[in-house]
Amino acid sequence: MENVSFPWLSFLTFVPLAGVVILLFLNRESQGLMRGVTLVCMLADFLGSLFVYGLFDSSTAAMQLMENHVWVREWGISYKMGIDGISLFLVLLTTLLGPIVVLASWKDITHRVKEFLICLLFLQTGMIGVFVALDLFLFYVFWEIMLIPMYLLIGVWGNPARKLYAAIKFVLYTIVGSLLMLVAILALYFIAGQATGVYTFDLLKLYDFPVPLYAQFWMFLAFFLAFAIKVPMFPFHTWLPDAHTEAPTVGSVVLAAVLLKMGTYGFIRFAIPLFPNAAMDAAWWIGLLSVIGILYGAWVAMVQSDVKRLVAFSSVSHLGFVMLGMFAMSVQGLEGSILQMVNHGLSTGALFLIVGMIYERRHTRLIEEFGGLSKVMPVFAVFFMIFTLSSIGLPGLNGFVGEFLILLGAFKVESFRWYAIISATGVIFAAVYMLWMFQRVMFGQVTNPKNLGLKDLCAREVVVLMPILIFVVWIGVYPNTFLGPMEPSVKNFIQQVEKKRAAVLDMEKVKKQSAADSTRVVLNSTAVQYR
Amino acid sequence: MIQIPEINLGGISPALILCLAGLVVMLAGLFVRKGAATLGALISLAGVLAALAVNSPLRALNKPAFSGLVALDAYSWFFNVVILIATGLTILTSIRYLADEGMDLYEYFVLLLFSAAGMMFMVSGNHILVIFVGLETLSISIYVLCGILPGNAKSGEAALKYLLLGAFSSGLFLYGAALLFGAAGSLSLPAVLKYFQAGSWGPMAVIGMGLLLVGFGFKVAAVPFHMWTPDVYEGAPSPITGFMSVGVKAAAFAAFARVFFEALPALQVSWVQILWILAALTMILGNLAALVQNNIKRMLAYSSIAHAGYILVGMVAGKEMGTAGMLYYLLAYTLTNLGAFAVVALVGRKGEANVSIDDYRGLANAHPLLAVVMAIFLFSLAGIPPTAGFVGKFTIFSAAIKTGYIWLVIIGVLTSAASVFYYFRVVMKMYMEVPEAEPAKIQFAPGTVLALTIAVAGVLYIGIFPTNYLNMAVESVKPLF
Repeated sequence: MENVSFPWLSFLTFVPLAGVVILLFLNRESQGLMRGVTLVCMLADFLGSLFVYGLFDSSTAAMQLMENHVWVREWGISYKMGIDGISLFLVLLTTLLGPIVVLASWKDITHRVKEFLICLLFLQTGMIGVFVALDLFLFYVFWEIMLIPMYLLIGVWGNPARKLYAAIKFVLYTIVGSLLMLVAILALYFIAGQATGVYTFDLLKLYDFPVPLYAQFWMFLAFFLAFAIKVPMFPFHTWLPDAHTEAPTVGSVVLAAVLLKMGTYGFIRFAIPLFPNAAMDAAWWIGLLSVIGILYGAWVAMVQSDVKRLVAFSSVSHLGFVMLGMFAMSVQGLEGSILQMVNHGLSTGALFLIVGMIYERRHTRLIEEFGGLSKVMPVFAVFFMIFTLSSIGLPGLNGFVGEFLILLGAFKVESFRWYAIISATGVIFAAVYMLWMFQRVMFGQVTNPKNLGLKDLCAREVVVLMPILIFVVWIGVYPNTFLGPMEPSVKNFIQQVEKKRAAVLDMEKVKKQSAADSTRVVLNSTAVQYR
Repeated sequence: MIQIPEINLGGISPALILCLAGLVVMLAGLFVRKGAATLGALISLAGVLAALAVNSPLRALNKPAFSGLVALDAYSWFFNVVILIATGLTILTSIRYLADEGMDLYEYFVLLLFSAAGMMFMVSGNHILVIFVGLETLSISIYVLCGILPGNAKSGEAALKYLLLGAFSSGLFLYGAALLFGAAGSLSLPAVLKYFQAGSWGPMAVIGMGLLLVGFGFKVAAVPFHMWTPDVYEGAPSPITGFMSVGVKAAAFAAFARVFFEALPALQVSWVQILWILAALTMILGNLAALVQNNIKRMLAYSSIAHAGYILVGMVAGKEMGTAGMLYYLLAYTLTNLGAFAVVALVGRKGEANVSIDDYRGLANAHPLLAVVMAIFLFSLAGIPPTAGFVGKFTIFSAAIKTGYIWLVIIGVLTSAASVFYYFRVVMKMYMEVPEAEPAKIQFAPGTVLALTIAVAGVLYIGIFPTNYLNMAVESVKPLF
């Protein structure tokens, strides 16, 4: 029906998979060729996504570039994809990081290169699929597929000491949440099907279905668990430091930059619009968890001795901001939240790359081992400084715009006012732990003789970091490029959620009314009899 | 005048062809000195293919034959296909296995074919006694196959344990059938149905039903009737373990569902309650026990118990959707588990020396393709898309949610989350650990490679394009309702 002439989104999703097929036929000795093929696929994917950006009509909130094909007709499962202002930038972020990750791993990963590249490509397919799927079944398939390559990335190429523990912990946490979500998806499918007579997994059709309050509560809970584990929100975050720390550099980059966003994206795309009443009722509590996450992540980051672990805990803190802005449910809050997803992907991704580069040189990440590096590696120091500042939220760089919008959006909402005030201190703590770490690693005298001979960044490494730097500055200086296309979708999102919420409340009122009416009728009739 | 019933062998020809092929193998084996096993395997394969060919007309039929003793319908057709796939794949993997073990035994294939024929009678039995005879035919062949490894104590132990406990459960089954006969006056399923529909059944009939349930529960390895499974699965030759875990299970589930849905719907309220508890226990215990196993065959044995639990969820959900879910699940499980056991047989090498999970360390380095294939089977067992195992779980869970057994589904998904741990543990060994010593190279054989190819292609194909197979399952359960 609404199929576009060229299936752009399928193209984006499956180009990496085509790369997998090519890799399967290449000799495992020819590493350079394999890396080249992977890079070309990732670049093609990125170029494709730029085309998609060009085709994207930023004046409308509707889903665009839709593709819709029947998959399992009897069950109402379709292969349905589409993109709007909310998912557009997450797709772009994913495709941008694709080639960067391949380049970054060029020297880092030397054993089982073939399998490694296959995992990367597979992961790319899964991640893009999650962001463009508009059918709950299709979404779930991509969501689960992604687990396997990530599991292998951590488990095979991770840090030998604790990689197995971290890998299985990551999988178990994620799968518990997602299986409960599957139950909720099925329940929704049947409840909506029984009520409307149309059994479908089509997300856009399910958006229109007002879910009864009682069911909403349980289903939201299941979705919440799945996404909250992925984000990760405060009490569900314990897998993250392990996974991040033990994963190879590129694994951490992909994990931080994209995988975590799938949780926050899941809230915006699925949990909130499908179950608006339950989501709004829970907003205060989720806000509370977010604030705890912001402060807790920051405090724990402060005392880390391992740079990578520090960055990992800073993620918990940053994603707290994302969640806070989202559940404030104001236009600024949401826009900030979506922008902050991209920001976090860029700055934290870059920080993990930076940590990886220093680890490659020194094979340690302990802060105390370093000191005075800025004298030895000036170019490195510049990049590190900029990304550190972007992570803190210095005005003029990307982090500031996102956090500012989030805090503004939260402050405007009555029930979130105090959260905004408390969270603002989180920004200060971020400055404390980041700058303190930076100072200990980069400034002062070179105390450790091992650091004297360190080489500065090579051309490849500069190429890896440069694109991220460009976007960090771009978003910081002129965020409208990014906020513009988002705005119609965000406004429409809030309207839809409010509308559906009111509709459900009306429905429940009618139900109560009719229940009351029927009791009254019964009472009347007994009264009549009695008379 | 004695009325001679119409005899039409056409309906049961798939089973007959298997028996015939078995006899031919037996005869041919007498005249061949060397390579009897290979010849037997080829004849058996031809028999399986011929049986597949003559099986197809059943799909369009829906009628009883032999005075109502067997039912020729799409349901039998579906299970015959599953059984034939299982038999064919087992034969393919057995060739290499027997050569490895240095056993030139054509009897192996004879027994395999006879047990498959028994299974077919079991699935198409429209009369409890026919089901019983089928059950015994298959069981006795399998008892022997379990113990066929000469001089292997574990194999002997497996055979003896299976025989003793199997005989016990057969006794219970038969006792249940007798009680039911005493109450209903007949053991043909339509007659039993009529008896219960009349509405005046006594405790004897209910006890009969309970004993039948125990008998079936034993064969499908549902908790608490699962005690034999780990030991038997561990001791039996790997291809036979694979065959048992899917073939016997499929046949037993087929008869289980046919008897209970076709003859005992009047008691559904009570047996569904029992099955609910059995399913929950089976999923929980099977998965938890599998977590701590270090022998891959024992691990897969407990996993097979757990899978019986998931299939029972489909039976609890009932209706067309739940039953169709069972059928699809069994098809998916057949391909997946046989594939996994083919890998186990390959990696085990001579004398099944390498059946510890630790023996899978570094498999991805030594044999990357084999590791990928095994990983796909394990992902399918864990129910991760886009494999057949995922669609199977999805179908069964959605049927259960539809009928309102949400807690059972929650138990199901939580236990399958736990199952991910032990399936992924093998993946972990294959990809992330290195062996202490370089093990001997694995010798591939064309038969095994073909079996693995079929299994892995099937697992992925029906996982990604499930529509036709789901429809097939839905069509096939129509005769029951």
